[in-house]
Amino acid sequence: MFDTLTSRLQGAFQKLRGKGRLSEDDVKEALREIRRALLEADVNHVVAKEFIERIRERAVGQEILQSLSAAQQVVKIVNDELTDLMGGAQAKLARAAKPPTVILLVGLQGAGKTTAAAKLARHLKASEHRRPLLVAADIYRPAAISQLQVLGEQIGVQVFTLGDQVNPREIALRALDEARRGGFDYVLIDTAGRLHIDETLMQELQDIEKSVNPDEILLVVDAMTGQDAVNVASHFREQLSLTGIIMTKLDGDTRGGAALTVRHVTGCPIKFVGIGEKVDALEPFYPDRMASRILGM
Amino acid sequence: LFRRKIDDEVYEELEDALLAADIGVATTQFLLERIQKEARKQKLTTADQLMPVLRQLIVDILHAHSCEPSYAQSGPTVVLVVGVNGVGKTTTIGKMANYYRAQGKKVLLAAGDTFRAAAIEQLVIWGQRTGVEVIRQNLGSDAAAVIYDALSAARSRKADILLCDTAGRLQNKAHLMAELEKIYRVIAREIPDAPHEVLLVLDATTGQNAIVQAKLFKEIAKVSGIVLTKLDGTAKGGVIIAINQELQLPVKWIGIGEHKDDLQPFSPDDFARALFPDDALQTESRDPDDK
Ligand SMILES: Nc1nc2c(ncn2[C@@H]2O[C@H](COP(=O)(O)OP(=O)(O)OP(=O)(O)O)[C@@H](O)[C@H]2O)c(=O)[nH]1
Ligand SMILES: Nc1nc2c(ncn2[C@@H]2O[C@H](COP(=O)(O)OP(=O)(O)OP(=O)(O)O)[C@@H](O)[C@H]2O)c(=O)[nH]1
Ligand SMILES: [K+]
Ligand SMILES: [Mg+2]
Ligand SMILES: [Mg+2]
Repeated sequence: MFDTLTSRLQGAFQKLRGKGRLSEDDVKEALREIRRALLEADVNHVVAKEFIERIRERAVGQEILQSLSAAQQVVKIVNDELTDLMGGAQAKLARAAKPPTVILLVGLQGAGKTTAAAKLARHLKASEHRRPLLVAADIYRPAAISQLQVLGEQIGVQVFTLGDQVNPREIALRALDEARRGGFDYVLIDTAGRLHIDETLMQELQDIEKSVNPDEILLVVDAMTGQDAVNVASHFREQLSLTGIIMTKLDGDTRGGAALTVRHVTGCPIKFVGIGEKVDALEPFYPDRMASRILGM
Repeated sequence: LFRRKIDDEVYEELEDALLAADIGVATTQFLLERIQKEARKQKLTTADQLMPVLRQLIVDILHAHSCEPSYAQSGPTVVLVVGVNGVGKTTTIGKMANYYRAQGKKVLLAAGDTFRAAAIEQLVIWGQRTGVEVIRQNLGSDAAAVIYDALSAARSRKADILLCDTAGRLQNKAHLMAELEKIYRVIAREIPDAPHEVLLVLDATTGQNAIVQAKLFKEIAKVSGIVLTKLDGTAKGGVIIAINQELQLPVKWIGIGEHKDDLQPFSPDDFARALFPDDALQTESRDPDDK
């Protein structure tokens, strides 16, 4: 549906034939196309602007061996830079020196927190032979607790619940006790979806953070998110000590530019991606793949 | 008040504001060209004068098709609710049940999401909250069969409105879209002019992918209108402007929260005003006392 960035840049560089170097003007034209590609991929427009600046600095005065391959060369610069920004090496899940490791999942409504909690639990159990405990700390959404229980049953992981009449901070604290007593080495806390501007519910998360001092606070972000990702990420980052990101629903056909936005705003690595509704549809994050996807390549 | 003069910078800022609202590159370009033309034609000189013009351009696009819900001439009105994962389909159905119950209508819900963990239970809780019966089978059963049951129940119980929930599905998953097509066929076969409304639920936080969602769901399930949810956050949902333009799909409802009364009929004027209030392009004040 989208022209590939390469072919668009080829268009922009048509007139370059015979020149050896990219001039300011050539670069300007190319940058316009790159900006468009980023915006169509839902990279936040302010983040895109800053990114374009970095590219400008690198691209001006670059040696162009053959003008015919100028487009490819610029795309390579863009791709490398984007991969870099997305976080070079793959980031692993934290592990507490003294178990249990506590992981808190937070994010907007419907982002995929409950599913991600179950996926992480399954991953820890199946691939790392750990004993995770899932904690039902969403007391608001209708049937949130039974959703987690159904998933827990599917993967054979115990779910800790105190029903929906006890406050989430208390639930988290008691779950931690239970984990210590029961010899669990991971505690995965599923929280209710909330808006970043909801002061009461954001305070609730801060209370949980203070009480159980999580080793990881993972912001769960829907890959289809648009420009608002910048607001969501900055509010969550300001109010909680985020340590990582999970991008969900990457099995869709979105270009997923929110990944760059969120990464840029929080400074946190994207640790996992969700690629389906089933409990095994979780993958580590590969920065280079994400960069190519955003650029539509 | 010193009124800011229209210059290139104003248009640049306007472009940023349009992009920030998820209006998308193409529609932003379209609106910018139109507003520049209008500004010349109407000889506008200050930035604040641009806002009503811009709002009107947007309202014209959003109003091109009726935003009124459709109903059956006689017998139960069948509403099919579709969309990708987690956008707010089930919650919207709960809110619609509440809305129609308040009008004294007899409402029935169909638990057509037989896939997601506790989806049926979630709808049942909404049924309890609103005092509405839910037709359901077990997790894992055939969704089209549940809908078939619900259609018979709606007829025999003389329901005014049947609201059908479906599982979230990404538009690029062929087998899930085929399942939806089957649900649609069952409804169309059982009641000839049904479904009377097929609502695509879009999450306002979604970016440009919403256009692809609308396109494919329209193809498969003949979507007749949009519900734009989660407008209580900071996302603007501007992508619906492009969807209206490209696909002629009007927005009919908006979701503004998680409670049963957080649903409103869509108003293009209110939407445009929320996007671009009069002070959207901040006027530079030369002297704060100089009013
Ligand atoms: N296709 C796809 N669907 C996903 C993925 N992750 C989650 N989902 C679906 O997205 C929907 C929402 O997921 P949940 O896990 O309930 O989201 P949540 O953040 O817990 O939602 P709330 O608790 O209501 O805030 C469900 O239909 C999930 O099956 C993914 O990676 N791919
Ligand atoms: N803030 C806000 N949250 C909403 C709104 N509509 C729905 N939600 C929340 O979004 C989350 C997902 O809503 P659901 O109704 O379960 O969404 P769904 O489309 O049925 O999800 P799946 O069936 O998993 O695909 C829940 O936490 C809802 O409470 C809204 O208008 N505003
Ligand atoms: K979402
Ligand atoms: Mg949840
Ligand atoms: Mg649902």
